[in-house]
Amino acid sequence: MLSVIHTHLESVSSRLCYATVLRFINSSSSGPRSSPERIMKAFCSLWLLLSLVELSPAPPASQEPPLVCRGATDPAPPQPETQEDMASTGDLEPTHFPARRAAQVALHHLNTLHGSPFRVFGLQQVHKASAEDVAAGGRKYSLDFSVTDWASGSAGPALRCSAEVMFPRTQQHSGPEVQLRCEALQQVSSTAEEHAFYQKYVTPDSAVSAQHLPDSYGNMSEDMQPFWRLARVAASFIMLRESSENTEFNMVQVASITQQESSEKQLMLDYVVLLHDLPSQEIVQWKLLVSWSPDRGVRVLQTEWQPRCPHATKPPN
Amino acid sequence: MRLYLAVFALLAAVHCEELINGDQVLRINAESEDHIQILKMLERDVDSGLDFWTHAVSTERPVDIRVPHSSLHAVKDFLKKNNIPFTVMINNVQELLVREREEMVRNAEIESKTKSFSFAAYHDLETIYNFMDTLANHSKLISKVKIGSTYENRSMYVLKFSTGGVKRPAIWIDAGIHAREWISHATAVWLADRIATDFKENRAPVPSILSKMDIYLMIVANPDGYVFTHRSSSPLYRFWCKSRSATSNPKCQGVDLNRNWDAEFGGPGASDDPCAEDYRGPSSQSEIEVKNIAKFIMSHGNFKSFMTLHSYMQFLMYPYGYIGIDAPDWPELHDVATKASKALNSWHGTVYKVGSIFHTIDQASGASVDWAYLRGIKYSFAFELRDTGEYGFLLPANQIVSTARETWFALRYIMKYVCDHPY
Repeated sequence: MLSVIHTHLESVSSRLCYATVLRFINSSSSGPRSSPERIMKAFCSLWLLLSLVELSPAPPASQEPPLVCRGATDPAPPQPETQEDMASTGDLEPTHFPARRAAQVALHHLNTLHGSPFRVFGLQQVHKASAEDVAAGGRKYSLDFSVTDWASGSAGPALRCSAEVMFPRTQQHSGPEVQLRCEALQQVSSTAEEHAFYQKYVTPDSAVSAQHLPDSYGNMSEDMQPFWRLARVAASFIMLRESSENTEFNMVQVASITQQESSEKQLMLDYVVLLHDLPSQEIVQWKLLVSWSPDRGVRVLQTEWQPRCPHATKPPN
Repeated sequence: MRLYLAVFALLAAVHCEELINGDQVLRINAESEDHIQILKMLERDVDSGLDFWTHAVSTERPVDIRVPHSSLHAVKDFLKKNNIPFTVMINNVQELLVREREEMVRNAEIESKTKSFSFAAYHDLETIYNFMDTLANHSKLISKVKIGSTYENRSMYVLKFSTGGVKRPAIWIDAGIHAREWISHATAVWLADRIATDFKENRAPVPSILSKMDIYLMIVANPDGYVFTHRSSSPLYRFWCKSRSATSNPKCQGVDLNRNWDAEFGGPGASDDPCAEDYRGPSSQSEIEVKNIAKFIMSHGNFKSFMTLHSYMQFLMYPYGYIGIDAPDWPELHDVATKASKALNSWHGTVYKVGSIFHTIDQASGASVDWAYLRGIKYSFAFELRDTGEYGFLLPANQIVSTARETWFALRYIMKYVCDHPY
C-alpha cells in the first residue's frame, strides 16, 4: 500500500508536497502529539486520499497543501528525502548547486581549451539552467552563464557563455561531455606576455622549482603566478574528467612544481596539485606532467592520483 | 606622540611629588553670601598657599581647594570657626596622581599594542588570545568568557559585548569551526575591534543594539584544529579541517565539528568514516567543542540569533542543511539574507549568493545552523566568506580587511533587524 502511495506521490510534480506528506506518513508511526497535529494529519491524509481517488494528472504547485500542513510549530523535524528525489528535471534555480556544479564542469572544459599561463576562467554567475534525463540514464544540463578571466582581476569583462553538459550515469564513472559556446572567444592567438614567458623559461638551463603556491598565507610572487595558472589549467583536465553531479572541484594549492627538461620546444613541468571537493570537503592530491607552448597550448601528458597519507599520524618529510 | 606626553607628565609629576604629598582637596559648600566673601578673601591671599581649583562665586556651586599638608589643620580650624561646611574630597592628592600616572602609562601601552596589532595579517592562536585579553582588559563593554576546554585541553573563549542587564536577548557569532578557513578567524578579530570602536565612538546602530541586546563573539571555535593548521606549511597541516580528537581508527583523527550537532545527526550529508573530512563523530555532540558551545547557548536560554562564519564560496545561507524543504520562516530569512547580502555588496561590489544550506552547497546533517534553528533561534545564518575559488582557503592577507568590512555590513544589517524584531 505504501509503495502505491509513494509511486502516486512521485507523479505529483511538487517535491514539497511529497516531502510534507511523506513526513506525516512516517510520523504516524510515532503518533501525533497534540490535537492541532491530529487535525493537520487528518487534513493532509484527506488530501492524500482525495488525490488518490481522483487519479488525475499532478496538481499544479498552487494546489499543494496549505501552510498548516508544513507544521509551522511542529517540533518534530521532517524526514530527509532520498538522493533520487533531490535531483529535479526542468528549470533549475541558477543559484542552487545542481546548476552551479554543471556550470563549473563547463568551465573546466573552457579552461582546457582556452586556458594558458595568462588566462584562467572563473564562474561569475549562472543566469539560466535546466536539466533533462537522456538516453541510457544520463542527465543533460543546459546552461546560460557568465565567466571572468582571473588573470584580468576585477578589471576584466564578463563573457557570456552557453553550454550543454551531459553527465553519463554508468556503472563505471566516465567523465561528463561538454558542448560550449562563449561570445567574443575567438581562437585567440597567444599574447605577448605568453611569448615572453615562454622564451624566458624554455631555455635549456631553466630549472624552475617551487613549493606551496600560494603559501599558507595566500602569498605568491608575481613571477610564479603564470606557473600557478598553468597548473590550474592542467588541473582542469583532471577536474573535468573526475566530475559528476555529486562533486564540485576546485584547485586550492600547487603543492610543488619542478621543471623538467624541455622536449619538442615545450615547457615541461611536473606538478603536484591539491584539489578540493566542496560537497565532501575532501582534499585530493594529483601528480601531473604538463607541457605548454604558445602554439600548442596546454597538454596533460600524465596524471597520477596520490594518496595523501591521510591515515598516517605523521606526514612523510 | 601620546607616549611622549605620558612620559613628560610622568616626569613633571615626579618633580612635583614632594610638594603634594599628603595634600588634600577640600570641597566647600558655602551657605551664605558671607561665606562667599570670606572665601574670596582667602583666595586673594596669595601667601596662603591655597590652590583654588574652582572659584568662590555663589552658594550654588561648591568651591574646591587644594590645601597644602602643612596648612591643613589651620585651614580646617578656620572653616569650622566660621561655620563653613566642607568635606574632604581627595584624601591624598599624591595617591591620586600616582594612580592616574599608572593609568596613562597603561593606556599608552595598550594603544601601542593595538596599533601594532595588524588586522591585515593572519595570527596564530596565542596572538589572537592576547588580542582578546587586550580588548577585554581595556573596555567595560567587553569581557572574556571561558566556556570550557578543547580535546587537547585548550581554553575556549567567547567575547561578551554587554552594557549590562541580566541575560539580555543575545546574538551569537562564531568563526573558525573549520580550522583551515583562516579568513573566518581573521574577520572575527576585526569584527571584535570594530564593534568595540563603534560603541566607543557612538556610531549607529551599535550603541542602540547594545542597549537592548548582548553580542557574543567566538573568534576561534576549534582551537586545536587552528593550532594544527599552523604547525607547518605542509598541506597536511594547513588544510586540516576537523577537531583533533582520537577516533575509532588509530590512523585517522578528528571530527567535522559542523556535522556533530544534534540536528538530524546521522542523516545523509555527513560520513561515518573517521578518515573522512565530513566525519560526523561517533555520536551527536560527542565532541567537547560542540558540547561546550551547545551547553553555553542552551543554559543562557535567551539567544535570538546564531551566525557562523566559514569560507569559501561567498554564500549567505539559512536553514535547513539536512533537508531540502523550506524552513517555516523561509520567506523572512530569505528576505533578511538578501538584504544583508546587498548591504555587503554595497561596500566592495562583492557578490554573495543567498539560499538554504541544502540547496546552495549540499545536504548536510548535524550542522550548527540547523541545531540553532531547531532550538528556536529563528535568525540563524551561515556565511561562506571570500573568495569563489581562485585562492580558496589560502586567501591573501591583503584581502582580510576588505572581507571583514563587507561582512560587517551584512552582520550589522542582520543584528539591527534582530534587535528591531524581538520575539
